[in-house]
Amino acid sequence: MTDKKNKQVLSLLVDNHSGVLARVASLFCQRGFNIDSLTVSNTDNPEISRITIVTEGDKQMLEQIIKQTGKLEETRNVVHLKPEDSLLRELLLVKVAADHRVRREICSICEIYRAKIVDLTVTSLIVELTGSPSKIDGFMEMMKEYQIIEMCRTGITALARGDVSHGIK
Amino acid sequence: MILNGSQILAEVLVEQGVDTLFGYPGGAILNICDALYDYRDEIKQYITAHEQGASHAADGYARATGKTGVVLATSGPGATNLVTGIATAYMDSVPMVAITGNVGTDLIGRDSFQEVYIAGITMPITKHNFVVRRVEDLADTLRAAFRIANTGRKGPVLVDIPKDVTAAKCEFVPGKKQENTYVTHVSDEEIEAAADIINKARRPFIYFGGGVGSSKACQDLRELMRKAEIPAAHTLMAAGIVGCDEPLNLGLMGMHGRLSANKAADKADVLIAVGTRFSDRVALNTEKFAKDATIIQIDIDPSEVNKNVIVDHSIVGDVKDILTRLIPLVNEAKHTEWMEQINKWRDEDKKPVDDPSVLKPHQIMAEISRQAGENAIYVTDVGQHQMWAAQFCRHLHSRSFLTSGGLGTMGFGYGAAIGAKIAFPNRPVIHITGDGSFHMNMNECCTAVSYNIPVVTVIMNNSVLGMVRQWQTVFYNRRYSGSEPERVTDYVKVAEGFGAKGYRCENLEQFSKALEMAMKDNCPVWIECVIDREEKVLPMIPGGGTVDDVMEE
Repeated sequence: MTDKKNKQVLSLLVDNHSGVLARVASLFCQRGFNIDSLTVSNTDNPEISRITIVTEGDKQMLEQIIKQTGKLEETRNVVHLKPEDSLLRELLLVKVAADHRVRREICSICEIYRAKIVDLTVTSLIVELTGSPSKIDGFMEMMKEYQIIEMCRTGITALARGDVSHGIK
Repeated sequence: MILNGSQILAEVLVEQGVDTLFGYPGGAILNICDALYDYRDEIKQYITAHEQGASHAADGYARATGKTGVVLATSGPGATNLVTGIATAYMDSVPMVAITGNVGTDLIGRDSFQEVYIAGITMPITKHNFVVRRVEDLADTLRAAFRIANTGRKGPVLVDIPKDVTAAKCEFVPGKKQENTYVTHVSDEEIEAAADIINKARRPFIYFGGGVGSSKACQDLRELMRKAEIPAAHTLMAAGIVGCDEPLNLGLMGMHGRLSANKAADKADVLIAVGTRFSDRVALNTEKFAKDATIIQIDIDPSEVNKNVIVDHSIVGDVKDILTRLIPLVNEAKHTEWMEQINKWRDEDKKPVDDPSVLKPHQIMAEISRQAGENAIYVTDVGQHQMWAAQFCRHLHSRSFLTSGGLGTMGFGYGAAIGAKIAFPNRPVIHITGDGSFHMNMNECCTAVSYNIPVVTVIMNNSVLGMVRQWQTVFYNRRYSGSEPERVTDYVKVAEGFGAKGYRCENLEQFSKALEMAMKDNCPVWIECVIDREEKVLPMIPGGGTVDDVMEE
């Protein structure tokens, strides 16, 4: 996902209030900014949540997105995470139709990707895979050869590499 | 001391310096109304005909005074009726605190009677909003609302209070009036860089907006203009910020601005944008606006930099703080050749032709300014009359031309004029409106009558929705769809029906007399001015156009 042109990862620290997510989402919607994926999670500080948004846009649009989200009263910090300086991770769950004829094949692909099989029935299995978005894209490309029953990706969660800490404003 | 939520609200309002409140009662705010009864000596309540009128009155009060306007409404329809008023204030960066009641917390989320999720509805039109679920949080939430509304780029904040919270009791600890906590963080290098660009300019030009007024930087701006002989033009929001008597003030720019002002922007080599946001009514074509200029932008809101027009140098902070530091670094200068050119353009500006036998819009505005004098506050609705008022009234002071610039809210004027007159009972407040806009909220006449607020309303009646019709004339081959409602309203009778006075005029002499009487009547007055429906607002540059596309007739 982030390998593609103009995909940008933003990491927001926001007050852990109800309604914050609605405000951020409403702002993106109103101003015509895209949301490719969005994750919200707790942080080590119970008063602060982290929102990780993958969005799309050129330099001017990105500048606007950062400034507009930064203006929200409950936003404490907005950081643009550049792929080369950041760790981006995503989790995939995919349920694939797999009877005895293809099960072994799928298992060997999973081994190569270090994916885990977390559920197994006579006719299907569920694979769990964690990794960079491109790794997950690659794995999904392989799975397309089989019958995918349903799937889910968490969207990107990300941190800057090294000992940098983006504190709250 | 132990107080209930409603008493806490009243206490915090007093503590924040609120002595005037606009609103309308209802079920969910019965407790609040009851508490305000005990505070009636400290807080004067004005009950309007409609919550929308109350919201515009709070807005007009805030625009005229610079203080935070406060409006109170009940839940459900009371709250939704505020929406247009809140959005109007938001678009023009007016400090306002809107307080709404809501159903009790046990009824929220059950589609209860008069329940609406007003916090959700107003999310994109407020700086911030709150739902107060615990009485213990109420006082500090209200204080935060006043701080946010008046800090940085100003704007409306909504506080929604469920009914049980207005009755619940807790310990109240008195607090202090919230001050503007904004601090400008600008380096010397940023200021020096701007001064350097200005000092090298041969054809400098200042384009200023409402932010100069919000920052109380009117005198500083004039000082900068004079020191380096920089001609300047203003947006609709900034009429009066530099008086029209200042020779370097070229007047209104943009879609219906003076051609000379727009030419100056077009040909400038340095354009300094101060407290303004390059809206589509001024930077009509963002690619070609000030195409030859190095652009410097000074504004408090970082998100306004590079939003519509890409600038070369920006300084983000309070305009006054920045100008105070910038002016000493700007060299005294004369730009003789540039000023000669500009004066030549000014001479070439087409002036409207007088005709005393009928009512010409520019003559009405000139007469209003002549009689209302230097202290006048002009309040407009939206449409052709608004542009005429911007073009032809004598704008001498800031906070004296109140108009819905960003949202363009028809029906804004009467409420706003009432708010302004309450703030300044000794200044003439002239509400300039059109027959279209006036029909939207003329019901506020009852408010003006009830409290005897002597606002003079001048209705520019061309019997059509003039601005819409003008566009249809120019761009839609005179297909007047929806713009000729053919109303037969008798304004004199309606005014009298409300308990106000009404006059009708068809020529300048009649108008002059009617206005003279109206100014002495000391009660709300309507003056209907019959004008020709073919009157246009000129010059006009169509949306997306440049000075080359200007229409002058």
